Amino acid sequence: MLGLIRFCSSMAAAARRLSSLISRSLSSSSSSTSPSSLLFLRGGSCWGRSLSRYSTAAVVENPIIPPVDVKYSKLLIDGQFVDSASGKTFATYDPRTGDVITHVAEGDAEDINRAVTAARKAFDEGPWPKMSAYERSRILFKFADLVEKHSEELAALETWNSGKLFRQAAKDEIPMFVRLFRYYAGWADKIHGLTVPADGPHHVQTLHEPIGVAGQIIPWNFPLIMFVWKVGPALACGNTIVLKTAEQTPLTALYAGKLLHEAGLPPGVLNIVSGFGPTAGAALASHMDVDKLAFTGSTETGKTVLELAAKSNLKPVTLELGGKSPFIVFADADIDRAVELAHFALFFNQVSSVIILSLVIGFIPQKPDVAKEPLFYGSRTPSNEEGQCCCAGSRTYVHESVYDEFVEKAAARARRRTVGDPFKEDIEQGPQIDPEQFEKILRYIKSGIESNAKLECGGDKIGSKGYFIQPTVFSDVKDDMLIAQDEIFGPVQSILKFRDLDEVIRRANSTRYGLASGVFTKNIDTANTLSRALRAGTVWVNCFDVFDAAIPFGGYKMSGIGREKGVYSLDNYLQVKAVVTPLKDPAWL
Amino acid sequence: MADKSNGYLADSFINIPEIKFTKLFINGEFVDAISGKRFETIDPRNGEVIARVAEGDTEDVDLAVKAARQAFDHGPWPRMPGHARGRLMMKFADLVEQHAEEAAALDTMDAGKLYSIGKLLDIPVGAASLRYYAGAADKIHGETLKMSRELHGYTLVEPVGVVGHIIPWNFPTNMFFMKTAPALAAGCTMVVKPAEQTPLSALFYAYLSKLAGIPDGVLNVVTGFGATAGAAIASHMDIDKVSFTGSTEVGRLVMQAAATSNLKHVSLELGGKSPVIVFDDADPDGEVCVAGSRVFVQEGIYDEVVNKLVEKAKNWTVGDPFDPNVKQGPQVDKKQFERVLSYIEQGKRDGASLLFGGKQHGKNGYYIQPTIFIDVEDHMVVAQEEIFGPVMSLMKFKTIEEAIERANSTKYGLAAGIVTKNIDTANTVSRSIRAGVVWINCYFAFDNDCPYGGYKLSGFGRDLGMEALYKYTQTKSVVTPIYNSPWL
Repeated sequence: MLGLIRFCSSMAAAARRLSSLISRSLSSSSSSTSPSSLLFLRGGSCWGRSLSRYSTAAVVENPIIPPVDVKYSKLLIDGQFVDSASGKTFATYDPRTGDVITHVAEGDAEDINRAVTAARKAFDEGPWPKMSAYERSRILFKFADLVEKHSEELAALETWNSGKLFRQAAKDEIPMFVRLFRYYAGWADKIHGLTVPADGPHHVQTLHEPIGVAGQIIPWNFPLIMFVWKVGPALACGNTIVLKTAEQTPLTALYAGKLLHEAGLPPGVLNIVSGFGPTAGAALASHMDVDKLAFTGSTETGKTVLELAAKSNLKPVTLELGGKSPFIVFADADIDRAVELAHFALFFNQVSSVIILSLVIGFIPQKPDVAKEPLFYGSRTPSNEEGQCCCAGSRTYVHESVYDEFVEKAAARARRRTVGDPFKEDIEQGPQIDPEQFEKILRYIKSGIESNAKLECGGDKIGSKGYFIQPTVFSDVKDDMLIAQDEIFGPVQSILKFRDLDEVIRRANSTRYGLASGVFTKNIDTANTLSRALRAGTVWVNCFDVFDAAIPFGGYKMSGIGREKGVYSLDNYLQVKAVVTPLKDPAWL
Repeated sequence: MADKSNGYLADSFINIPEIKFTKLFINGEFVDAISGKRFETIDPRNGEVIARVAEGDTEDVDLAVKAARQAFDHGPWPRMPGHARGRLMMKFADLVEQHAEEAAALDTMDAGKLYSIGKLLDIPVGAASLRYYAGAADKIHGETLKMSRELHGYTLVEPVGVVGHIIPWNFPTNMFFMKTAPALAAGCTMVVKPAEQTPLSALFYAYLSKLAGIPDGVLNVVTGFGATAGAAIASHMDIDKVSFTGSTEVGRLVMQAAATSNLKHVSLELGGKSPVIVFDDADPDGEVCVAGSRVFVQEGIYDEVVNKLVEKAKNWTVGDPFDPNVKQGPQVDKKQFERVLSYIEQGKRDGASLLFGGKQHGKNGYYIQPTIFIDVEDHMVVAQEEIFGPVMSLMKFKTIEEAIERANSTKYGLAAGIVTKNIDTANTVSRSIRAGVVWINCYFAFDNDCPYGGYKLSGFGRDLGMEALYKYTQTKSVVTPIYNSPWL
């Protein structure tokens, strides 16, 4: 609430008008206008310009006030919201405006200690790992229902704190979050070890046991989705957790943590420490009493995390790191669809496609109507964000015979892209997360221009407030240019030309990353060859960013270690114990 | 043993629900049998008619199969993602749990099941089955294969199609969900024939499935008799799989009908004559001993076990299953009741010593006294055939080898119990017993994740666990050449 008040006082009269409208509609039972419908007021309304193009001074002149209070800003330890040991707090910001939303308790080593102690006790003494898997699964299912009930608030909080499109948060990511928790709830009572054939008269079994206390460090690009990728499998397997959220986006995890406890999670099972990497994150990675570490973030930090694990107690580590994913378009591809997909593969920070749509539009998959709906099966207008995705298709390789056509259409598509307040419905792209990322992306764009890549469109920031960047397309990019090598994490598409299959395989693989890839062709042999030849954890063929619960995701090479989602993700949170005993007079071996 | 068997006390324990569903459930509608015929379903507490239920026959099965076929070939059920099926099944489970009292009362009236156990165990376990398989619906994996040439191969695990389920009367609710839940999760559509003795809860669940949003035609229930409706299912040319639980005798007929019709897949969960083997080092106060129908007791502990069992039988309360203090209700119907009594007579004639019970309990309904025979020999009928009643046969043994041999000398192989504190004994016997489940120092330890089914004439295929789900799938291998693969 404090944050909301502060926010309001800094806003113009229009904002106050909106605020009072929201509270009026909330208090008036006769009104049919819900707070959420106010979020979708279109351009031309009394709020003034809702769509901002590249020349305006402020992209978001009258930012929509999120219909949510910040209820939880302290650390969640042993089932209680508590201040940090130091009493310190840090500001968390609205990336649309750069304004402070609220101040959040700043966890440090001592708080990590407290959280680990609580998690240790909850693991060693129970009840969590000792209760039946069916009971654990019931709690996770119940939590999923609660999240569904509070999805509007969670989505608003997510957008407010991360700049993510509200539509994307509400319609895609929260349903995906719920879907993933239910997926893991369903695993809890199906975690099987093996009975093992023995060479002699022995009875051998494997027990798949929870590892213990899991330390988890998650990034800001998908705060809630990263939460479930980490927390879901760890809980399903019976572990306890200390979670460190990104300092940019601490708010939704605390809310979700509260709801998990409401669903019946025992205290100490999930502890959430907000704070910074070098302090809280490092303390977690090097803690002697944390049994397992999972990290998603940059390759650089991933290295540090792995090193800290090695230097402390050799805790096993899973890493999901950076990417520079190739998107390869062959001559026989449907070019319009490829343009649209490549556009989203890069500019997207969003889980897409059938799985979510089936949640949103009902269960019956619609027949694909490619002509009408270039990207989705029966979808509404695709929503979008700002390329802040580690698997973004950031190197677009296009066959020479369709290269010119592709470049022209890709640039045209990027020019049509709407940038602005992520709470507004017509917007395709919100702000970057913070000034640091914002500046970094602008430096990469400058480097692209200087290295003589051809700037087809964009290339600059938008406005003077908030962290908005023009959708930017470079063509004639060469493999050795910085923009073709580094992970930019922003709305910058690099288009490269190729001639034949072997060449593009070699070039696509000539990166230290190996997170994901896209292949666009109608030829089954090309598709199959590339599926095996690309050194990446995911190959999307004629699609991109399909993030079903059961599809494993993770990196080859310096994109990481281990897989998240799917049955594979359970391995991260289980350890295998072989149990052997002699058999007397066995009937068979 | 205490007497609570008059069968008229029911109203003082619970409100007997109104019987709302007595027609066939086909394509989402309750309909009369085409013949218009109905049959009586009887309250085994007093032999009185509870309701007249539509009597399905071949033509009704045809209609139900047509609906299931349509729902499978053209409907949304197998085409929606597994998690979406799971969501509807979760809703179904919630509805079953919300109606636990009504469902339990139906089973108590119709099958003589203990009401308090039904409400606290059978019905919630049914809901838990639905939830278990709801969670499995999005976890049916095929494999990509290690081909020996430049070929890319993978398997698709596909729903088998239209399934016929023929289920018995002993656990009307658990059998219903044990069969339908994995088939639903796999994406199959189905026709369920509940036992003619216990049609009521199945029809109630059909209604709840509709409330939950399971599409029409996916789950059809045809009440009726085995010789007519059951046979029509087993021999139907458009049913892809039949799953049967019942007697070994009828199991053979089902398999024969499948063979002579369209070679539909068959799984059978049939009779048992399950041994419980009590070793000298066992805890004689354990509850396990009361469960088995052939109880082998090692000589050193034999007398003590016999005394304890008699003690237990004396305190065993037989009576109205609605009474929460009752431990044993009536047999399901007159036929079973008479069958059990005739086995008892046969035991006496064969020279087994009747230690306890052996007669009808009370005067009304189909109650039988808990009955214990000692000095039973392996060849006697009471030691060989499935009695399906409260009749225990006690036998003495000397060595572990002898116990194994005698325990295995049966045509059945459904389950077995071992009571011992010795790990070597437990492990050796576990591998040696030819049965589908071995319970060590426990009994009836069913679990949704734990497969259950028979060796030998006890059947084939497994209910429960992920194995049951795969029973309702079939595997398709897909192979295509691959060029220039960097690895094989």
